[in-house]
Amino acid sequence: MSEPTHTLTAPDLAAPDPAAVKAEMLKIYPAKTAKKRAKQIILNDPETPPEIGANSRTIPGIITQRGCTYAGCRGVVLGPIYDILQITHGPVGCGFYAWLSRRNLVRPPAGSTNYLQYCMNTDMQEDQIVFGGEKKLTQAIREAYAIFKPKAIAILATCPVGLIGDDIHTVAKLMKAELGINVMAFSCEGYKGVSQSAGHHIANNGVFKNIIGLDDKPDEAEFNMNILGEYNIGGDAWEIDTLLRKCGIHVTSTLSGDVSYDQVKKSHTVMLNGVMCHRSINYIAEMMEKKFGIPWIKVNFIGAEATAKTLRKIAKFFDSKKLTDRVEEVIAQEMIALRPVRAEIKARHQGKKAALFVGGSRAHHYQDLFRDIGMEIVSAGYEFAHRDDYEGRKVLPTIKVDADSRNIEELHVEADPARFKPTKTPEQMEALKAGGFSFKDYEGMMVEMKKSTLVIDDITHHEMEKLIEIYKPDIIGSGIKDKFVIEKMGVPCKQLHSYDYSGPYAAFAGAVNFYREVDRMLTTKVWKYITPPWEKAPLASVELVHASKLGGAKKNGEAKAWRKAAAGGEEA
Amino acid sequence: MLDGTTAEIKPREALRINPAKTCQPIGAMYAALGIHGCMPHSHGSQGCCAYHRSHLTRHFKEPVVATSSSFTEGASVFGGLANMTQALSNIFTIYDPKIVAVHTTCLSEVIGDDIPMMIKKATEEGIIPAGKVVIHANTPSFVGSHVTGFASMVTAMVKYLSESSGKTEAQLKDEPQLNIIPGYIDPADMRELKRIIKEMGVKTVLFPDTSGVLDLPQDGRYRMFPSGGATIEQIKSAGDSVGTIALGHFASHPAAEKLDEKCNVPCALLELPYGLTNTDRFIHALRNHGGVDVPGTLGEERGRLLDAMGDMHQYFHGKRVAIAGDPDHVIALTQFLVELDMKPAYVITGSSGNHFEQRVTEILKDQAPEAIVKQNSDLFALHQWIKNQPVDLLIGNTYCKYIAHVEKIPFVRFGFPVLDRMGHRYFPGVGYMGALRLMEKINDALLDHKDRECPEETFELIQ
Ligand code: SF4
Ligand code: SF4
Repeated sequence: MSEPTHTLTAPDLAAPDPAAVKAEMLKIYPAKTAKKRAKQIILNDPETPPEIGANSRTIPGIITQRGCTYAGCRGVVLGPIYDILQITHGPVGCGFYAWLSRRNLVRPPAGSTNYLQYCMNTDMQEDQIVFGGEKKLTQAIREAYAIFKPKAIAILATCPVGLIGDDIHTVAKLMKAELGINVMAFSCEGYKGVSQSAGHHIANNGVFKNIIGLDDKPDEAEFNMNILGEYNIGGDAWEIDTLLRKCGIHVTSTLSGDVSYDQVKKSHTVMLNGVMCHRSINYIAEMMEKKFGIPWIKVNFIGAEATAKTLRKIAKFFDSKKLTDRVEEVIAQEMIALRPVRAEIKARHQGKKAALFVGGSRAHHYQDLFRDIGMEIVSAGYEFAHRDDYEGRKVLPTIKVDADSRNIEELHVEADPARFKPTKTPEQMEALKAGGFSFKDYEGMMVEMKKSTLVIDDITHHEMEKLIEIYKPDIIGSGIKDKFVIEKMGVPCKQLHSYDYSGPYAAFAGAVNFYREVDRMLTTKVWKYITPPWEKAPLASVELVHASKLGGAKKNGEAKAWRKAAAGGEEA
Repeated sequence: MLDGTTAEIKPREALRINPAKTCQPIGAMYAALGIHGCMPHSHGSQGCCAYHRSHLTRHFKEPVVATSSSFTEGASVFGGLANMTQALSNIFTIYDPKIVAVHTTCLSEVIGDDIPMMIKKATEEGIIPAGKVVIHANTPSFVGSHVTGFASMVTAMVKYLSESSGKTEAQLKDEPQLNIIPGYIDPADMRELKRIIKEMGVKTVLFPDTSGVLDLPQDGRYRMFPSGGATIEQIKSAGDSVGTIALGHFASHPAAEKLDEKCNVPCALLELPYGLTNTDRFIHALRNHGGVDVPGTLGEERGRLLDAMGDMHQYFHGKRVAIAGDPDHVIALTQFLVELDMKPAYVITGSSGNHFEQRVTEILKDQAPEAIVKQNSDLFALHQWIKNQPVDLLIGNTYCKYIAHVEKIPFVRFGFPVLDRMGHRYFPGVGYMGALRLMEKINDALLDHKDRECPEETFELIQ
């Protein structure tokens, strides 16, 4: 590849045959590896999505995007609650890397401490590995309390903790009694699951057991809901909140983006849960429904069309003419600002190709944004999602629980006798359903993707290289570990975990930001300079002329020569 | 910002807050990337490897590839042999590196996996193809820090690769070669060391060498194993060198000592060449042990640095400075600040090691005997001291920026990691030219701060 791949954009190239691409990707692997990866590279059928081997073990020696269970627990649901003081129990590293490396933006009110700016851990030493670390942990909690006086403390375990058998739950219980504040323990050792996903589940369980339901006083609002699975990367939660407020809907708690411990305590007092990232938080949505009677629906505020659809769905749920009218007004208003930008950018990039490999929901949600501007998704896949996120929740009963998933506790939840107050009566729910409304309705990524598109779970480094070589996408959405690999090949890569330190991209205003961002990445001159002029046109260069010979034509001649040089030897 | 940090200092023994160090494997991974054609391999759960790759990538903004044994609970209980074997088979089949450098993680250390046995077994079973090499370093993170991990991997290079070929002294003196062990410095620094060495005309082997690996040009191509890095042959030949110049007590001296022990190569144990006198010592050592003269060009560089120090030292003189970072870096930088007439007030490292406190105290004994010097410290402690008695300048990695912001202190980024600025990726901090750059950064930070904060009547056009 001497030419940057992006210049070979492809209406002129025959569309690659996905089955052949798959075979090409697998070709180099040892048999055992090929067999396993074959189950994770799937030719899509939106009618009846084929089974994908998601949420299975990562193959040793394969360069993967995935992280660990601890990262999942520290990173989402629990981690971003800004005023819980979190202590990582373990050697210094795990906690260090999780320190401020996810962009969960917060604006705490005056007087409240944002513990996300702190990295606290027990910096375990050999002594504790040999003789146990409970004493040091207990001491660390006492010191943290004495220094910071937090409302609540969470303890997170890393790999060595489980192995040496420290009982962090007993420590938490004792400390809770001693200090009189909520002290919670999370057994999220890195090896507990096959990816971050296990950590999400553990965080869901802990937050549900220990925080949700501690404060029964609801926020006063006519329409009151939570947004679940939204982490306020780059300010997304703020965009969503602002939009909903415009419509007259109050968000009690965003789990977990710019959210306080106190907000989470009363998150069970709402009428509706809207689930953004299904993968990371469907457990809490389910448990809140069972225990408190709060129905949940899938929402998606990524993409203009998706946002409008979501607003209408929420309005329909609340079943109020006033709200419905207001929602239509807001959509109309927002679209007035959005349309011209979208049209302008769409005109430039219609038909260009994107591929998305990230997370547990974004590889799906961001397809909507690219489609908004007429781009095509040539391939997509998640990093740590499960089959239901690909194929839809309808496959849940058929998912085999393997040894790794069995590791993670399934909380047994029953209706709370005093507090189970369904927002809607069974009749109302049935009526809504009869009218085409669906609850718990995540249909997954595959139904929205074209037939035969390659869906690749936990894409490996090698497969990514092949994909770029063959499909030559114009842009790829991925994460920090891939970004510069991809860009070295001359293909711009948008980090969809950190947003490359920009954003927000949610709701209408966020969509406009994203269109502009894609436009910037696809039009920047950087990639055009890759080939130096002497390689493009070896013989063309600035001529040497005697100044005296230039005469009257000097000025013109000079300008022409410079133009020529600037254009890499070709006449501009 | 950092609203929970108060001036009142309460006793703290067990709780680490805002560390000034991280864990061993990231250093080992970085060192391994300084071998040409090397795949670093993390033996443990994949989370560590993901964290280390991500963080190195954020610092270098370059592809950082490494593999993991991807333990799940089974491996954690029964040992990681099967995972290692499968990993090696995949790595050599798919990525085809020349060498794999294995480091452990807390997990594999706690369960006590025997890596040499695993490598031996993989060799016997033919999983490691003929001509390919696998080396290893133990890097438990409940001991030491990322600097220890770096040092251990460099030492592993010596243990596994360096050899004395049995050449006679006379043969070796014929074309004398020096080893340079550069320490935990950036690719731009390694590149600068090589430039200086070339100017001097000394034949050297520099290892590890991440220049040409983690500072790649954009040419539209991705190469998993780029042209840079010390080759296996070079590291092998280190055993035949006439001497080793090792830069940094913590990151480099252990490997130099190992090389002496194994191949009888004597070593000069220096500090990192940050600042004037440390660079002087490095060049002096190259001159004497390489048998060359110092070229005029380097003399001129030195002269320009000294000239700038003379021109600008009024802005440095007596300024109180807080420094946080890795021990070798901080020791050398403290020396440079003393050369600039500054007054280091708090000098900390997150790593442990008495040598740090002894050496810094010695450097400061005339100029700033009252300075607080601490190993095994953290940024929270540093911040509290600053709250009690402020400083004029803070120097440290990116994590320090929160302290600088909230306390409104001029701030210079230095060390590892720098996650929010670009200069370290391209411009060296070592050598005379590097010292000029550091000095410029300090000067800019101080004067920009003055320009921003001073009353109008002292806002000056010329400084
Ligand atoms: S488990 Fe150990 S090696 Fe892994 S990230 Fe944590 S401290 Fe580092
Ligand atoms: S895998 Fe274990 S040791 Fe590694 S980062 Fe995760 S919790 Fe820490």
